[in-house]
Amino acid sequence: MSKMQLDIVTPERKVYSKDVEMVITRAANGDIGILPHHAPLVSPLHVTVVRVKNEGQEERIAISGGFLEVRPSGVTILAETAELSSNIDVNRAEAAEARAKERIAEHDGDLARAELALKRAANRLEVSKWK
Amino acid sequence: MATMREIKIKINSFEKTKQITKAMKMVAASYLRKAQEQAEASRPYADKLKDVITGLAQGASGVKHPMLESRPVSKTGYLIVTSDRGLVGGYNSNLIRLLTEKLKERHASKDEYVVFVIGRKGLEVLQKRGLPIIGQTTGISAIPQFAEVVNIAKEAVSNYADGSFDELYLLYNEFVNPVIQRPVEKRLLPLASEELNQEKASQTAYEYEPSEEEVLAELLPRYAETLIYNALLEGKASEHAAQMNAMENATENATEIIGKLTLQFNRARQAAITQEIAEIVGGAAAL
Repeated sequence: MSKMQLDIVTPERKVYSKDVEMVITRAANGDIGILPHHAPLVSPLHVTVVRVKNEGQEERIAISGGFLEVRPSGVTILAETAELSSNIDVNRAEAAEARAKERIAEHDGDLARAELALKRAANRLEVSKWK
Repeated sequence: MATMREIKIKINSFEKTKQITKAMKMVAASYLRKAQEQAEASRPYADKLKDVITGLAQGASGVKHPMLESRPVSKTGYLIVTSDRGLVGGYNSNLIRLLTEKLKERHASKDEYVVFVIGRKGLEVLQKRGLPIIGQTTGISAIPQFAEVVNIAKEAVSNYADGSFDELYLLYNEFVNPVIQRPVEKRLLPLASEELNQEKASQTAYEYEPSEEEVLAELLPRYAETLIYNALLEGKASEHAAQMNAMENATENATEIIGKLTLQFNRARQAAITQEIAEIVGGAAAL
């Protein structure tokens, strides 16, 4: 099966750089699966999961805030944060989830921000379950 | 002349200071290396963003966005990157002087500008002067992570977007090399569309989802935030370099003083011996 280069980059570092067979994620207009030789595309990504298929294995990466660029030579994902399922700090995500829920329940402070934090935490927890 | 004991105590105290400044210098040097690596690692992200935005700005459809267009200026925002700790030589004072000069040059009253401050040192000084500070972040770690500045960056960018001010300047110490750091001012917003237009965009014809305008609206604030993060990284590298130099000088000065004091100590010792001999000789003669 043909492959393409996938790079996942955050402002701090390159999180992921490998040849892969397929990338699945949720773009602005809904779920999208990308195989090699996909048409060039740019789309924003919000808090979501990137699924990477390679040689029968699947990896999952939790990302928040960024965008996806598909070029003829490969795929680049730029994100504010990106974590492989094995690198997620489950305790921290659980604490963040509890805190965000509390803030929403009490209408404490910026509700939109609390909701975003909850989304991020839930997304991380979801991804961390993938082994 | 001071007694031998007094001089000895002084020498010991300078020795200890020297040890500390030397250690601080080495710590700063190692942070400097890490900060430079971090700055290096953050480059692909900014470059890639710029690439895509350039492509969009040059696109045939001529998309427009308020962040790319200059508008009449009635209020100006400044974001200044200072350090949290002292012992960094002229790092903060030079930068604050630059800010003060620019403010004097451009504005007649305090109503015409607002200031965002990163770093405790800058905050202390500017607060004392009564500048209109509307956002602040202190306690940034030696090797800053993006999450540490994301709030103040978002605040600065969104204030521009909602029209609280009409241009945004970044002030930070530019890292030229480990010996030279230069305070600079750069206009961050509106983003210089000339600059974006000059560079050759990749020729790929992208599909934009959901639309060019929306992608641009999503990317531009991100790009501005990234530029702020990059300025912070550069400021931090400069800070470590400035500290390294300051501590190097301090160590040298300590060495010099210790030399002088040792000379004094030896003279005092010699004088004491001479005196003792004179006393013995005097005593023997008296017999």
